[in-house]
Amino acid sequence: MSHRLSLNQAFVFLLRRDLLLALRNRAEYAMPLLFFVLVITLFPLALGAEPVLLARIAPGIIWVAALLAAMLSLDSIFRSDFDDGSLEQILLSAHPVAVLVLAKVSAHWLVTGLPLLIVAPLLAEMLGMPSSAQGTLLLTILIGTPILSLIGAIGVALTVGLRKGGIILSLLVLPLYVPVLIFAASAIENAAMGFEVSAQIYMLLAFLFLSISLSPWATAAALRMSVS
Amino acid sequence: MSQSTLLQTRELSCIRNDRMLFEHLDFTLEPGQMLVVEGPNGCGKTSLLRILTGLRLADGGEILWRGVPIDRLAGDYYEQVAYVGHHDGVKHELSCLENLRLARAMGVPSTQSLDDVLEQVNLYAYGETEVGSLSAGQKRRLALARLLATDSMLWILDEPFTSLDRDSMAMFASLFEQHLEQQGLIIMTSHHDISLPGQSVQRLHLGAQA
Amino acid sequence: MFLWFHKLGSPPHFYRIAGKWIPWLTWIFLAFLLTGLYGGLIEAPPDYQQGESYRIIFVHVPSAWMSLLIYVVMAFCGAIVIIWRMKLAEVVLISSAPIGASFTFLALITGSLWGKPMWGTYWVWDARLTSELILLFLYLGIIGLHNAIDDRRVAGRAVAILALVGVVNIPIIHYSVEWWHSLHQGPTVTKFDKPSIHWSMLLPLLLMAMAFQVYYVLALFQKCRVELLRRERNSKWIEEL
Repeated sequence: MSHRLSLNQAFVFLLRRDLLLALRNRAEYAMPLLFFVLVITLFPLALGAEPVLLARIAPGIIWVAALLAAMLSLDSIFRSDFDDGSLEQILLSAHPVAVLVLAKVSAHWLVTGLPLLIVAPLLAEMLGMPSSAQGTLLLTILIGTPILSLIGAIGVALTVGLRKGGIILSLLVLPLYVPVLIFAASAIENAAMGFEVSAQIYMLLAFLFLSISLSPWATAAALRMSVS
Repeated sequence: MSQSTLLQTRELSCIRNDRMLFEHLDFTLEPGQMLVVEGPNGCGKTSLLRILTGLRLADGGEILWRGVPIDRLAGDYYEQVAYVGHHDGVKHELSCLENLRLARAMGVPSTQSLDDVLEQVNLYAYGETEVGSLSAGQKRRLALARLLATDSMLWILDEPFTSLDRDSMAMFASLFEQHLEQQGLIIMTSHHDISLPGQSVQRLHLGAQA
Repeated sequence: MFLWFHKLGSPPHFYRIAGKWIPWLTWIFLAFLLTGLYGGLIEAPPDYQQGESYRIIFVHVPSAWMSLLIYVVMAFCGAIVIIWRMKLAEVVLISSAPIGASFTFLALITGSLWGKPMWGTYWVWDARLTSELILLFLYLGIIGLHNAIDDRRVAGRAVAILALVGVVNIPIIHYSVEWWHSLHQGPTVTKFDKPSIHWSMLLPLLLMAMAFQVYYVLALFQKCRVELLRRERNSKWIEEL
């Protein structure tokens, strides 16, 4: 009788499976990214294309759009697995569910958060954000988007079993996103004006580590409840 | 309770939507035994099976595996259990082999090669085919193939024969017999009358108390 | 002592005890409320800067305290639900949510009414008010999630998890909003903080706080009894009532 895989191997396996699934469902994963671009485009249309104004509010717009795009993409973390019974099988795994959840959330971030690193700077340019802030923009996205995936996963796990889960998901998750929004937008603003950003970045890092350590457990507990 | 009892429930109860489905449920299962759960629709068969897998918490009582409550065993218990429920638990965008590889990664791999496993369930030709293009019966056979791809003592099966034709049913029936002969355990529900001559089959009827 | 607590956890026992306490609590609440209001509205001198309009703090501040206290109670219940699966804890949690939401809403309304004579607008993006607004969303989330799930026991566990996640986030959100406020609003002194704490003002404030706490327990008992009836309607002890 052979033994089960090591935890690392199982983690990598599940991560790769999810990346493979995302690859085969490319269209579904492109939508949130397009939504991101679309939302940002709406602001100049609504407010007028005055460069000074746009440059001033660019950090906020980009991050609010990132939040909304993240909300849209969250459903894909567990929806498909829930519907076809794969989620049950993952919960019945011999491996600790929290670690497997972390694998799935990591895959989600790689597919939805990471692409923002390429698209956001372009949009920032279009909004006239000073290039001195570009580096900070990328840094906040790099640190902030995993937090969005981690916290969002808890919300999805709580609502995946509900018929109209998507509606209440926003109510659950957006208030929890507020700290990330505040510090990320503030960091970029500061960078644009030439001020220090270390305080904001450290706060974001603190949030990230807190989320990585706590969110998988909460998500696993919520999944068990949703599946029962 | 004899020394060889593997699975035992004590005073198990289940409430769903404020209704008590069953209570004070006691049974034991030894190696080589099969338990068939019967009863009308909605009497709690699926809930009972899900409680036995650990997917659902019982509202009262406990389940013991080798004398230890399963919530304490956690991963060690799940290692021993293979579950096929109403859903097939397979990804439509992946091939049959990819799905079975995942099943193995989640549990304890059996010693058979995956090609042999597919051969046994008559899906050898579809190893690299995306599951989405298979028929319902083929998907079900793949779901059940998980039982062969992993090495688990306790098979918990909820209506395993859904969508299967008569030949497939007979094929799986003989696989079940083999599993029992190798000292495995099976708990299942089925609308189809499954007869395994020469095997030790307990029957549990739910819904008698209402 | 532990035995008493254990007995209290049994639904029929709690139902009876809560029922007996309700009339007493009502009187105690009214006593605190009336003395608090008298002290605040009549006895306490007008504030030297704000005149009579500051008196709304006697409702605003205790409401804000309650909105936080109740969430902490809910989180505490949530922990009990997750660890011990105690049914009564689920009931207390979900019964507290609308009460907490109401206090939060009251804090927002009174804060807003205070703002009008002070700043000329009904809403200012003050740190306290903004935090309260987000807290309101957290409460609505708990109520909404509970309503969305059909099975009451599953719903109980879901909101327990949510309450615990929320309670971890509340200090973070509060700190973030404070930080944000100090960044953008400049050094305007907000009078939403405790005013010069004179005894004649502090006493009514504390009396009102006591009144609200008693009200919470009173409303909680009433709601819990209703919720218990709803949940246990098929069990024997209800039929015996």
